[in-house]
Amino acid sequence: MRILRNRKTLSGVILLLLFVFLAVFGPTLAPYQPLAIVGKPWEGPNGSHWFGTTQEGYDVWSQFLNGARSILIISFLSGVIATVLSVIIGVAAGYFGGLADNFLSMLANIFLVLPALPFLIVINSYLPAGNKASTALMAAIISLTGWAWGARVLRSQTLSLRKRDFVDAAGISGERAWRIIGFEIVPNLVPVIASSFLFTTLYAMGTYVALTFVGAVDVNAPWSWGSMLFWAQADQAAASGAWVWFAAPGVAVALLGTALALLNFGIDEFINPRLRAAGLSRKGLRAVGVNRRHTLGLTPVVRPAGQSVLASQAEIIEETV
Amino acid sequence: MYVLARRLAFYAVTAYVAVSVNFFLPHMMPGDPVETMIASAGGQLDQRSVAALKAQFGVDTGQSLWSQYWHYWGQLLQGNLGISISKYPSTVSQTIGAALWWTVILVGTATVISFILGTAIGAIVGWRRGSVLDNLLPAATFFQAIPYFFLATVLLYLFAEKWHVFPNADFKSYDTNNYVIGWNPGFVGSAVQHAILPALTIVLASVAGWIVGMRNMMVTTMDEDYVLVAQAKGLPKRRVIWYAARNAVLPSISSFANALSFVVAGSLLTELVFSYQGIGSLLLNAVQSEDYPLIQGIFLIITFAVLAANLLADTVYVLLDPRTRQEG
Amino acid sequence: MSSLELNDPVLEISGLSVDYGFGPDAVHAVAGASLTLRRGEVLGLAGESGSGKSTLAYAVTRLLRDPGVITNGSAVFYGKDGERDLFDLDEEEMRELRWSQISVVFQSAMNSLNPVFTVGVQLTDVLRAHRKDMGRAERKRRAAELLDMVGITADRLRSYPHELSGGMRQRVMIAMALALEPRVLIMDEPTTALDVVTQREILQELGELRERLGFAVLFITHDLSLLVELADTIAVMYAGRIVEHAPAEQLFRNPRHPYTEGLLGSFPALHGERRAMTGIPGSPPDLRSLPSGCPFHVRCGYAMDACSTDVPELLPIHWEPTEPRRAACLLHTDGFQAPETLSRTTVRGEEIGSTL
Repeated sequence: MRILRNRKTLSGVILLLLFVFLAVFGPTLAPYQPLAIVGKPWEGPNGSHWFGTTQEGYDVWSQFLNGARSILIISFLSGVIATVLSVIIGVAAGYFGGLADNFLSMLANIFLVLPALPFLIVINSYLPAGNKASTALMAAIISLTGWAWGARVLRSQTLSLRKRDFVDAAGISGERAWRIIGFEIVPNLVPVIASSFLFTTLYAMGTYVALTFVGAVDVNAPWSWGSMLFWAQADQAAASGAWVWFAAPGVAVALLGTALALLNFGIDEFINPRLRAAGLSRKGLRAVGVNRRHTLGLTPVVRPAGQSVLASQAEIIEETV
Repeated sequence: MYVLARRLAFYAVTAYVAVSVNFFLPHMMPGDPVETMIASAGGQLDQRSVAALKAQFGVDTGQSLWSQYWHYWGQLLQGNLGISISKYPSTVSQTIGAALWWTVILVGTATVISFILGTAIGAIVGWRRGSVLDNLLPAATFFQAIPYFFLATVLLYLFAEKWHVFPNADFKSYDTNNYVIGWNPGFVGSAVQHAILPALTIVLASVAGWIVGMRNMMVTTMDEDYVLVAQAKGLPKRRVIWYAARNAVLPSISSFANALSFVVAGSLLTELVFSYQGIGSLLLNAVQSEDYPLIQGIFLIITFAVLAANLLADTVYVLLDPRTRQEG
Repeated sequence: MSSLELNDPVLEISGLSVDYGFGPDAVHAVAGASLTLRRGEVLGLAGESGSGKSTLAYAVTRLLRDPGVITNGSAVFYGKDGERDLFDLDEEEMRELRWSQISVVFQSAMNSLNPVFTVGVQLTDVLRAHRKDMGRAERKRRAAELLDMVGITADRLRSYPHELSGGMRQRVMIAMALALEPRVLIMDEPTTALDVVTQREILQELGELRERLGFAVLFITHDLSLLVELADTIAVMYAGRIVEHAPAEQLFRNPRHPYTEGLLGSFPALHGERRAMTGIPGSPPDLRSLPSGCPFHVRCGYAMDACSTDVPELLPIHWEPTEPRRAACLLHTDGFQAPETLSRTTVRGEEIGSTL
């Protein structure tokens, strides 16, 4: 696929696959349970505990290996739900227009403006304790705040597609609305939907980790990197010098986010070709002897030597003198 | 200014929704909300606080849901957000009021710095397309993905623990042992010193977003004819960049709403890490002690602040883009 | 009209070649174009889209966008400080020369005017950049003067581009271009986006301005009929080459190149006898795979065997060498016989092309 030729996208895919591997096989590879006391507290990285131990004596490495699964599941599940919501709402608003559009747009804007994290904290705080550990419920709740942005983008894309002739033609020939939407409009929106999905998943991941860090969700079940960060903060890991305890999950979260962002970058460049490093590359210019950082405003000249009319005239005059 | 009036009306609607959600949420959960709170407080509440809670949430008062609702609105408009369970007998308003200014100053300043820095850098990277600066972008992408609180922790670890540049444990927002709040130089100096790391965290975590956004818009804008015209006019390069940037910055301002949501979330968590006595730490404490009135009060205040910031951004946008001033 | 030949040249383009891209995939947008623009002359540059006319003009001023590259030739400008090859200049020298001596009126005024700045700012910024000695009040006065020159009231200085009509915007562009009284004005299809009536008005105003200020104009268009009253000379381009260059009236009445003849046959005369409109068979050339020899020969009614192997150069007409005109066609070279339709020297019976 052409997309994969982009260096950024490729690195994003590889990175993501690494994390998927971690999510699938991590728990099996872990030597201990995340919450089993297996060593002395506050051990630094050593032979039996590669990442050291926590304040309680838990093995940080095992905790780390167990941390990927729930994050990936919840992030992707939330991304799917939110994307489906945004497609339904966004395309409907753009296609049907009028009152429906006004209402749906207002709805999307409200959710967009409402500060997500405090909102989610409030909702979560009222959940009965058992529900706070439910993966599916968590994903659903997070997607409540994640669909609005995608809906807005899809709405404007649908609006511009709707004006195109082939949609009009379908309408005139008597196709029903849902068929037009399903077969004419949505297929053209696939790159945008893909980008929106990645962005929403990234957002869900960040939000879920933040919620765990704050303690708004059950911190110990399911176990995630957010849990590690919560406990590292609560037990003052940074102040105590146990940097691996908080660095490992933090860097992992950042890398996972980077993977998703890189993928998104690639798709963005695919959607908007202007963002690609198009045109004359620096290498190409240097190959013909022009050293320039950008060429807007001054078209480069790469003619063979001795072209200048005036120079040759001057030479002639010099020779005769 | 028809545009602004419409935005104001929209924000009013949003505020209304937020307040309503706040009210109906506890009633939507299974069981009696006050009972839930009493249970989670572990029976530590005395009769007075239980009575206060019941009054606030309209339980056992024999009122219908709707009259409770209006009662709630009435209280709200009087500035009464209820009694805080964990900080009893302080009211929610008092508790929030003490912490609000710390957060507003920190987040406000950091966001403004981040925006200006980010768009300026983004403009230059976009202008010098194809140069080494383009390599900044993957780095910026990585930075964008770092959770605020993780960055905060790293900074805390490096600067406070390892390098002892800043005070360590008990970071807080100023040196509580030696200074008193007020306009004395000792306090101001200490406050600023304690604000540097949190502010740095917020700036570092959010600037990447502005850089990438502005760079992308700059690249698109440079394809416009009026930029080529500016070059054709023989204007100095700085002026040409300004002509382009002045247009390219507009989408960043209009996406401020979206961005602010992230910054608010991140700032809250940053405060947590540094034990900064703003709303963030307050929220965490409220969650851990299940102080529902306080949680809800904080949610409302944050929402209102975000709406106000959005209105400000909208005003700036209208000022910068003359096309929005067209009537009709 | 013949006195024009005695006018000094102001812009001399020799052997200009412009490519898009590098290496084997490079597209040759302009190939070996040579042209001379004289003081006060209006030279119409005509051709289909893709013929290279805009590319030529932008390349000369070095405003061609990525991935355009100038691969050959020179463009000597005879300016106020003597003659310089524009392709030798560095960024700063070019910047100084721009607008003060050569200015450009772009195609779409809506996109060419910066939407967030007032008209006044966009008129005075060139004064600020090139006339450092002018004070603010003086600049404002000059800006009002410029607007007045194109028939716009001074209160419009405070207007934004979106508040002006299409015709007004184009006039602002013209006023802007004349701000520093340049020697050469390059106009890239300036009236294409306008309705016919406004088009007419603007062209008329342009003519008057030229009479007054004496600048030369390089007028790029795909619509030959616009050039009838405006142009002194016309150069026709095809597939990146100049195929004919002649004084306007001679070109209209007695074309020498088969392509020109085809173009002229494509628009109707308002007066005179009815004539069947003839198009040009075939389709516009693909610059990435041009025919061998003369690029036009596959569509030419007069094509000979030699046309598919030899590339004709732009030369004076072999059998009327004293006439100030050139054509790139083998028919007009030594050893070939030009057909009657391409060798008329008398005035045609009907008036040509008064569509305006």
